Amino acid sequence: MGYKKDRSILSSFTRALKGFREAIPVLLGIILLLGLFETFISEKIIASIFTGNLIKDTLLGSLVGSISAGTPISSYIIGGELLKNHVNLFAVTAFIVAWVTVGIVQLPGEALILGKRFAITRNILSFILSIFVSIATVMTLMILK
Amino acid sequence: MKQKNIKIKDYSIQLRERKKRGIYFPVFVIILYLCISIFNPIKALESLMVSGKLFLHLIPIFLLILFFMGIINYFVDVSQIRKYVGKESGLKGWLIVTIAGILSHGSIYMWYPFLRDLREHGMRSSLVAVFLYTRAVKITLLPIMIYYFGLAFVAVLTIYMVIASIVEGKIIEIIEK
Repeated sequence: MGYKKDRSILSSFTRALKGFREAIPVLLGIILLLGLFETFISEKIIASIFTGNLIKDTLLGSLVGSISAGTPISSYIIGGELLKNHVNLFAVTAFIVAWVTVGIVQLPGEALILGKRFAITRNILSFILSIFVSIATVMTLMILK
Repeated sequence: MKQKNIKIKDYSIQLRERKKRGIYFPVFVIILYLCISIFNPIKALESLMVSGKLFLHLIPIFLLILFFMGIINYFVDVSQIRKYVGKESGLKGWLIVTIAGILSHGSIYMWYPFLRDLREHGMRSSLVAVFLYTRAVKITLLPIMIYYFGLAFVAVLTIYMVIASIVEGKIIEIIEK
């Protein structure tokens, strides 16, 4: 790693702070939106969406995971509950993968900071990949057993 | 020289536009809160408290990322960013962001300003996508995940998620070409 003598540590941190300052209103918007989501969308509402159909539930798992937000631990807890309620493993895997890789709630913020095209492409790809990851994981587990 | 001046002017216009658009989003969320508080003030207050808790929880992460940004500004040249995660970074770049993504902490959105900063200094968009995807692999949360789903499931899922992050990065690279 190089060292630049013409740059002071203070100016480096001031520059970092400036970069962040601009993003703070967007980050606050995301945090406020997450508060709304966690209050209005309960575990029960999420569990009630699944139908028992393998293909439909896997797609629903990805979809619900994509629009859900919160800490990954919440997705594990809800995923565990869904398994107990006989929702298939394909759907539960798609749900927890989409939860942590796709962020519809954060999408406006991501688009503002990292660019609209990048944010939309990344989230669409993550959504599609959550289905593939789910199929690959469960199939591999089936083969291993 | 003239071209350089035009570029700087363009960048400052872009920056102003970005700031303006950055204000619309939180204003929209505040209006949403106001609307909800008319119909259901208790739920609105509850949401505000959840957000407040989340905000407090994120302060250490914010400071940590700010520290990273400052350290990188001080020690790392633009040329080095390009070398490690830029166009000429090759396999090394993929490896660096995969490991960095897995080891990174905090909410995904807290990393957006940091990543934008790196990208403006030459980081590839594909590697930004890999970093954001591999952030989903949470080493600290693996024991909890194992508790709920078992070791075999978590091991297989983690491997596929790392593969998926590379696939996503590669697709974004192809799209951007």
